[in-house]
Amino acid sequence: MSPLKSSLKFLPALVLTLTGLALLVIGTRLGGRDAVFIKAVNLCMECIGLG
Amino acid sequence: MANQNTRRGPRLLVQLAWAALTNGYAQGFAQGKIWRGASKGYCVPGLNCYSCPGALGACPLGALQAALASGNYKFALYVTGFLLFFGAVLGRFVCGWLCPFGLVQDLLHRIPFPRKRKTLPGDRLLRWVKYLLLAGFVVLLPMFALDAFGQGSPWFCKWVCPSGTLLAGWPLAAANGALRAVLGALFAWKSAILIVLILLSAAVYRPFCRYLCPLGAVYGLFNPIAFCRLKLDEEKCIGCGQCRAACKLDLSPCRQPNSMECIRCGDCLRACPTGALTSTFPLTPRPRKERKP
Repeated sequence: MSPLKSSLKFLPALVLTLTGLALLVIGTRLGGRDAVFIKAVNLCMECIGLG
Repeated sequence: MANQNTRRGPRLLVQLAWAALTNGYAQGFAQGKIWRGASKGYCVPGLNCYSCPGALGACPLGALQAALASGNYKFALYVTGFLLFFGAVLGRFVCGWLCPFGLVQDLLHRIPFPRKRKTLPGDRLLRWVKYLLLAGFVVLLPMFALDAFGQGSPWFCKWVCPSGTLLAGWPLAAANGALRAVLGALFAWKSAILIVLILLSAAVYRPFCRYLCPLGAVYGLFNPIAFCRLKLDEEKCIGCGQCRAACKLDLSPCRQPNSMECIRCGDCLRACPTGALTSTFPLTPRPRKERKP
């Protein structure tokens, strides 16, 4: 397989990785990480089986 | 013909180190409380309940359900981006190397058991259940099954997740008398699920990962295209079937090296006598013969 074809096999992974990074950055700027923080520092009653 | 690689890889050490690193708040286990530091705003890639007393990060599956249940879809962008990133880079390498509940199942499977088996009856159909759980309990029900206040609920976390029960419910109940006093039917239901999976894990390798884990279902979708993947050199493959015999998940790496079910444990790579199977990531140490001086 030529080096170019070999590299193209990873193109979908590269596109998705960059898309994921972009969404991470956009999501963080829109307050997503802060929202995760607020959820994670409070005891999740559903998770521990208290409903 | 090259010898099979009999050297054990570093996978168990990596699993133990990662579990200790991401659940390092030991004080939480003793005092029955959770970590509230800034790191809790960052997701960790595996199924690691954020209500685990030791957890220093957040579970991406729990965070996703919380985002969808709240109707705050901007919040969901962050978690979706996280899953896309780790899925595209690692795929189900996360399951094999970075998930604490995967580690628990690996350790349980080491317990001697008289009737160990490779699969359960109905294995091929059961593997699709995790996709149904992903669609129903993780996405649709949190979004559309709303209470009187218009709020959804994390259905998978609430009704199924054994990682939450083991890493959060049981330790917190053990350390906190006030919590213990209010446990009821839901806790009993989730404990029953966990106990069944613990018993099954001694007999079958990773039953939760194979049949029930929605996070594994997400990462599995990326396996065929992720940066971390297996490669088969068909000219070297002699069709011996050693890779299939070595695979504890009953997969055929020589036919489908990047199956959505593969957790990248590397057992097939070690078993391959000709070196036909390789990986883009270093999943196994090189055989002693090939090590450079």
